[in-house]
Amino acid sequence: MRKMKIAVLVKQVTDTRETIEAKVNADGVIDRNSLPAICNPDDLNALEQALRLKDRLDECEIVLISMGPQRAEEVLREGIYRGADKGVLLSDRRFAGADTLATSYALAMALRKINPDLVLAGRQSIDGDTAHVGPQTAQALGWPQVTYVEEIVKCEDGKIEARRRTDEGVELVSVVLPAVMTVGGKSAAPCRPCNVRRILNYRKCGIACLTADDLGGDAARYGLGGSPTQVVDSRTITADHKDTSWVGTDDESLTDFVARLVDSHIIE
Amino acid sequence: MKNVMIYCQTSNRAMCEVSLELLTKGRRLAEQLGGELSAVLVGDKVSHLAAEAYRYGAQRVFCAEDERLKDYLTLPYVKIVKHAIETERPEIFLAGATSEGRDMTPRLAAELGCGLTADCTALELGDCSYKDNEYRGVLKCIRPSFVANQLTTIISPSTRPQMATIREGVMAKEPLAAAVSGVCETIDVESLLAPEDFAVAVIEKHAEAQGVDLKGAKVIVAGGYGMGSAENFESLFRLAELLGGEVGATRAAIDAGYVGGYERMIGQTGITVRPKLYIACGISGQVQHTVGMDRSACIISINCDTDAPIHKIADHAIVGDAKQTVDKLITLISNNRR
Repeated sequence: MRKMKIAVLVKQVTDTRETIEAKVNADGVIDRNSLPAICNPDDLNALEQALRLKDRLDECEIVLISMGPQRAEEVLREGIYRGADKGVLLSDRRFAGADTLATSYALAMALRKINPDLVLAGRQSIDGDTAHVGPQTAQALGWPQVTYVEEIVKCEDGKIEARRRTDEGVELVSVVLPAVMTVGGKSAAPCRPCNVRRILNYRKCGIACLTADDLGGDAARYGLGGSPTQVVDSRTITADHKDTSWVGTDDESLTDFVARLVDSHIIE
Repeated sequence: MKNVMIYCQTSNRAMCEVSLELLTKGRRLAEQLGGELSAVLVGDKVSHLAAEAYRYGAQRVFCAEDERLKDYLTLPYVKIVKHAIETERPEIFLAGATSEGRDMTPRLAAELGCGLTADCTALELGDCSYKDNEYRGVLKCIRPSFVANQLTTIISPSTRPQMATIREGVMAKEPLAAAVSGVCETIDVESLLAPEDFAVAVIEKHAEAQGVDLKGAKVIVAGGYGMGSAENFESLFRLAELLGGEVGATRAAIDAGYVGGYERMIGQTGITVRPKLYIACGISGQVQHTVGMDRSACIISINCDTDAPIHKIADHAIVGDAKQTVDKLITLISNNRR
């Protein structure tokens, strides 16, 4: 069997999960600089599925692809420490301001050069939460897509069987390769940790950097210019003040409070 | 004519709730635009559902039926809906932010080269100025940003249709006062689909009944990161049981492992609820959570931080340790019943 090549899409994101009150400014806005930059959690679930295929197959190469500033190299490096073979960073000012459509176009142009049999991506990123990039990359490549995957069950004869979890339940689907799959959610297996030997070999990390010129394609479809959506406003919400009644925590206040709730049939 | 089109998701040959909610919202948007409302129905033997779409205001229903379309499949569904959009050329296209809608719409938007905004919590028509450009009567898609307590407005001013997905429960459904009929246009599935559209096949399907019925619950006791542990969450289950309610949670509490199951998640990426009583325990009240519960009839907040935003949207606010206060309430309510 010929060597299987898997591309895994990864994104560096601000870790918004740990937004406990300590990190929120007085005006209610999170101080983003106080939060760490991490590899998007769903993307690590996708990487684990790629690594499991690599464990099972005789010959398999995993290429990580990320788009972002130079600093995003960190997540490629982390993925290589966890077991991927190499990384490709798409970094160019001309990619800046890209919405999901322009991002997917750039990723698809890079994927055409890498020519994988399978593309795995996280279901959604914790900073955008759109879940657009997987399906839109599949569209740009003209490949079928399978989203909401929790596990790849079988890979043989140019076909993959995967279990996906939707709102309605669990589905086992088969897909003809090449294809794009998105992985994520609580039910997907967590990614294995970094391997010490791989970390010690950090100088040998093969990370290539590609610019818009390297990708070619239609320059008008990159970055802000290739983005049909525009963020026109972000505003901090000041909650409409309700006529809040403040209730004390002493026994008397709470007893009285419960009696009032019962009297007004709020609790039965 | 500036029309609005709704993708009507079905499940077991029945209309999904979110489809009716979106038809209601779409009808109002179409009225504002002076246009018409249309709907797309795809599946196996679903044409009888057109009547339901008319009842919620659709004037035209595009219907594609084929036994191969029994299960949702990305490629054929995208092709059919794209065909309906290209025939109707609507100004606005809406779909539910369900796993099906979130699988289909990004690919559809890419096919059409259109902008799409996911998981909106509000939609408004209006004028918008941005970077020296004035846009008249565009769809403002509003969704919480990932930065706490911020709402982002996103527009797609130069591509049509303007596309958005909306979660179930966000919009209220309301049928027309009087019975009306519409026109059903049958899509010729056979000529549209090719064998390669069936590159993905469903081998098995297990429906999993959602064990937790948050949407139907009259009382919800919800916990946040401030509950501190899974053990403390037990108190919330006791209070919920006492009140005949369900336990909900914020994303932070679920991520922290205090309570299992994303089916309990309330908020932008979870579900939207409107119970009679919502008791928010150890929840700070970031907008990502509050968009999913702020229309509850009565809100009680329990948080040790006086300045926590949750107190501002509460009818009754208790500043105190959430676990201790909940335990006290359990005792008091039990005593009150004796």
